Amino acid sequence: MHIPDGYLGPPTYLASYAACLPLWGLAARKVKTTLAARRTPLLAISAAFTFVVMMFNIPLPGATTGHAVGGVLIAIAVGPWGASLSISIALVIQALLFGDGGITAIGANCLNIAFVMPFTGYAVHRWLARMLPSRKGQAVAAGIAGWAGLTVAAFTTALLFGLQPLLHTASDGRALYAPYPLSVTVPAMVLEHLLLFGVIEALLTGLVVYHLYGSRSAWVLQPVREVSR
Amino acid sequence: MKEYRPLWFALLAMALLSPLGLYLPEWLRAGAAWGEWGLDEVAQMVGYSPTGMEKLSDLWKAPIPDYALPGQEGAPLSHRSLSYLLSALVGVGLCGGSTYLLTRWLTKGNR
Repeated sequence: MHIPDGYLGPPTYLASYAACLPLWGLAARKVKTTLAARRTPLLAISAAFTFVVMMFNIPLPGATTGHAVGGVLIAIAVGPWGASLSISIALVIQALLFGDGGITAIGANCLNIAFVMPFTGYAVHRWLARMLPSRKGQAVAAGIAGWAGLTVAAFTTALLFGLQPLLHTASDGRALYAPYPLSVTVPAMVLEHLLLFGVIEALLTGLVVYHLYGSRSAWVLQPVREVSR
Repeated sequence: MKEYRPLWFALLAMALLSPLGLYLPEWLRAGAAWGEWGLDEVAQMVGYSPTGMEKLSDLWKAPIPDYALPGQEGAPLSHRSLSYLLSALVGVGLCGGSTYLLTRWLTKGNR
């Protein structure tokens, strides 16, 4: 889901950066007002956690690979804005140091993986967790939220890919950037995440919540709220 | 920080297991992630290399490309898995360290 350099034309990657700037600013402000001192190390752990989760490439045998992100688990633990900030930092380090995701595409990758994913998952989790108060219920709610978060992020990534031939096709019919139309990118990206990588994300999210529930670290699962200063 | 010790240990364990993310796709013959192909792969798939992609794809030379230490890109799997593990440790340290400094500065004065 890390868009490399060369797949997005300048209008798309510049607009994505432009959309990210105010969101990063807002995320910093929200972290400032909602992250209690006790949770401060949790944001650092979240950034390191998503980095290493994304290194576990899951094969679709004979075809392609993908990976979980942990983005919804992070959103449950530090709130969606804290998740955005910590996942963005991991994505920047992946792009600059490891060439995983392009540097022109940092804005776009952050929109999909650091904003769409945690906010989608967080919303689904808030809605389901209220209806399923038991330990198993909380784990199931978190799992479904993880699955939804990753799949919706795959969908918005596919939209950016599929937009490129509409924006940039030469007169000879050749694409200048990502070559496949929406009718190819959306089914390919959504199906593999719906059926495989999203399921891995669901298991990761659900099992960790199940493990944390009732443990000494259960306070991590309490929602973040305004803190006193 | 003491109450976070189990979480840091869990992260360390995950970093040590990270070479699985290299071995599994290799064993099951899975290629690149969808939409993350190299320029030559795209050229093979669509029959030409998109000119805009050609210009941008080499824009940035990452110091540890694809989690392989310099000079290790074509090395045997066992060597690359060591690179991969070291990259995981470097990534955990850098992500954790930089985020910690940023959040401590942001939340200064929070209780």
